[in-house]
Amino acid sequence: MHRNRACPSGHDRPVPISLPLIVGRCYSRRRNDNFNETSAGQRAMNFWAIQTLNGISFGMLLFLLAAGLSLIYGLMRILNLTHGSYYMLGGYIGLAAMRASGSFVIALLAGSAAVAVLGVLMERFFLRRFHLQELPQTMLTFGFLFIFADLALWLWGGNPQTMAKPPMLAGATTLGSLTYPTYRLFIIASGLAVALMLWLFQERTRVGAMLRAGVDDEEIARALGINVSLLFSLVFAMGAFLAALGGVLAGPIMGVYPGADFEVLLLAFVVVIIGGLGSLKGALIGGLLVGLLDNFGKVFFPEFALFTIFLPMALILAVRPTGLFGRE
Amino acid sequence: MMNDNRVTIFASIAGLALLITLPAIFGSYYLGLATKMIIFGLFAMSLDLLIGYTGLASLGHAAYFGVASYATGLLALRLGWSVWWALPAGVLVAGLTAALFGLLALRARGSYFLMITLALSQVLWGIAFGWRSLTGGDDGLPEVPRPDLGLPWSLADNTPFYYFTLVIAAIATLLLLRVVSSPFGQSLRGIRESETRMLALGYDTWRYKFIAFILAGLFAGLAGVLYVYYNRFVSPDYIHVARSAEVLLMVILGGAGSLFGPALGAAVIVLLENIVSGYTERWLMVLGVVYVLVTLFAPDGITGVVRRLRQRQGGRA
Amino acid sequence: MSALVIEGLSRNFGGLRALSDVSFSIEAGERRLIIGPNGAGKTTLFNMLSGVFRASSGHISLFGRDITGLSMHERARMGLARTFQITNLFPRLSVTENLLIALQAAAPGAFSLSRRMRDQTALHERARTLLAEWNLDAIAQRPAREISYGEQRQVDLILAMAVQPRVLLLDEPMAGLSAAEVVRVTGMIRSLPREITILLIEHDMDVAFELADRIAVLHQGCLIAEGDGPTIRAHPQVSEIYLGVE
Repeated sequence: MHRNRACPSGHDRPVPISLPLIVGRCYSRRRNDNFNETSAGQRAMNFWAIQTLNGISFGMLLFLLAAGLSLIYGLMRILNLTHGSYYMLGGYIGLAAMRASGSFVIALLAGSAAVAVLGVLMERFFLRRFHLQELPQTMLTFGFLFIFADLALWLWGGNPQTMAKPPMLAGATTLGSLTYPTYRLFIIASGLAVALMLWLFQERTRVGAMLRAGVDDEEIARALGINVSLLFSLVFAMGAFLAALGGVLAGPIMGVYPGADFEVLLLAFVVVIIGGLGSLKGALIGGLLVGLLDNFGKVFFPEFALFTIFLPMALILAVRPTGLFGRE
Repeated sequence: MMNDNRVTIFASIAGLALLITLPAIFGSYYLGLATKMIIFGLFAMSLDLLIGYTGLASLGHAAYFGVASYATGLLALRLGWSVWWALPAGVLVAGLTAALFGLLALRARGSYFLMITLALSQVLWGIAFGWRSLTGGDDGLPEVPRPDLGLPWSLADNTPFYYFTLVIAAIATLLLLRVVSSPFGQSLRGIRESETRMLALGYDTWRYKFIAFILAGLFAGLAGVLYVYYNRFVSPDYIHVARSAEVLLMVILGGAGSLFGPALGAAVIVLLENIVSGYTERWLMVLGVVYVLVTLFAPDGITGVVRRLRQRQGGRA
Repeated sequence: MSALVIEGLSRNFGGLRALSDVSFSIEAGERRLIIGPNGAGKTTLFNMLSGVFRASSGHISLFGRDITGLSMHERARMGLARTFQITNLFPRLSVTENLLIALQAAAPGAFSLSRRMRDQTALHERARTLLAEWNLDAIAQRPAREISYGEQRQVDLILAMAVQPRVLLLDEPMAGLSAAEVVRVTGMIRSLPREITILLIEHDMDVAFELADRIAVLHQGCLIAEGDGPTIRAHPQVSEIYLGVE
């Protein structure tokens, strides 16, 4: 078989291929700590418990992403395709900070804050010029998605990197007969804490009230376009911050790797498609649902992992095109 | 008005003559590049039917391109189907996929539509990636044979394959032109401009959008089939968002809503990719930067810039 | 025969009740004016009649057929046409193309992929006739977004007329027009065939009272009065609302 070498692209050059390649490696890498050391008799029951907890902890990370996505959309009607990149960049910057300082807390703060600043810059200098123009905003965030993906590949290389767990959370916690990694419980607790804080913010603060009004009413969202530049930046920073926070938190269990941006962006989209764009409750419930489906899908049908998310998404679209908690 | 028409016709004839005589001018290498431009031109035109004419920005258009590539590639490799069956089968699979995705995506509006088209295409990518036994996973399917038309010229050579691509793309272009100049095409423009007004006039807009979605899928599928024959290879990369993003950029860069604009955009991007890849591995970053620059400085694309220049000249004359 | 019968029509948006238990009927060929202060629910009523919003409760029937559950385009197909409060044309298409789309809606072959638009000579002829009839031939080839606001309002009205409706809903056709244009558009409405039933929302009372056979008054989502011009003018609650608000 003579391949046509004359073709400039012989095999299509592995330009975007490099991303999927790496993502694939990480599918197996992702759950590298769901070990357990229980007796054989209880394995079946523990298996379900552990997989459920794995799904919930991953669901919490998805919640952090989807909440930011929803928040930004709710106020500005921007569908931010760069949201997955914030997650990935948060992970890389957090990792660098961790290596430099040895402190997980510093890693969390540095990763999230740096990405929050990045988000504000994007909003101020690019997205704002196209307020409420869907296609240009989509194009811009699409462009940044690729710029950041390639930048990360350039700076940090193609190999997945692992982040050490903070020593305090490195061990396992025993819950009855179940032994489970403490760090994953920490993620679940963090997710719940963020959910609570966001809920208080939306319900109890003036800015939160404006946000709710914007989400509920297209006209108000349009009217908000005037003289609320600070609010826009604040909310964009918050969304980017939460996504990056998820990226750093995910570091010790799933590693930091190129391609994570596309992977989590897709999952975050599925979360808001199911939960409803602009709804905090939707982000939480959708996140947990997708986390569980994704986890069990990968356990039972590794070849068709994404299909287990696709089916419920299709079902919800058929019944409620705006998601479970979305505005009609 | 009349003058404009004559210019268009003249330009089309000149362009076609150039395309036909290309093999006499170019060596094999550049002919391969030209073939790729034509295939991506067709791909971009298929997306233009959605973006430029109907106002539906699909972010997952590579799904139909890729699924047709896989279908034709698998049928040719595993079942030894000839091009006469494998080509229509690939196109048909793309159309069916578009019908299924259209049913789901068209229930939603605005941002939901964007998210759903992107998510659905990535699900297909995940399947192509994960189902190793069928698709070969990320190794893809190599050694897909070039079609055998039973002609004295082997399509394994670049020149006959170039003409094969040119003829199919030309027929597809004529069909697309027919679609956009039909009452149906006019209605698509109406939907792009104001869907509520169309509904108020009694148009069942869903039906129009659904058919447009399937047509776009069919033509994207045709491009995908040509590409798998051209490249003799298919991988999950064909379905990846990066591919969808590329074709979206081709449409916007060329100027949505003119068919020829997106074809031109495709040629520019293919050429750019070819040049850039000679110097650097950073094509994705270049793609991203071009995205940002086009959005900031040429939001209505090359055809838009040309139109503005001509208007300015016309104003002076 | 009644062209349009509305029974107990209500619509809630979240906690807000935009329209509350509105009932009335309109005879075929009648010209009915709907007035009321801003936020009274007039446009909401139009949006529910044309099918933009679903009714929270109540029924609508068109020439004796219940259309409450029908979608917007199905109602349009049954002869219900409307204009929009905020001009709603096909902005980047020429005035002629705007008209062709409207004319084609009811013509056979609208869904055709194989015919060519430019071969639809009958439609082109009708578009030309309509534009000539309304003295708009000068702007036939201009994109709708580039013609003057007054011209846009007229094209809006012609689009609604082009589908040959039996019932026509006009949402403030005179809003924002100059005095001369008001005269012109009033003339257009008056010259419409008498068998077409017209519902009209209008703020310009002098013009509107002259056009209408009967008047319905909405206030805070409720129908508070119905009757001919003199009755409405004399209605105590109506003058109270209008004196209070405007």
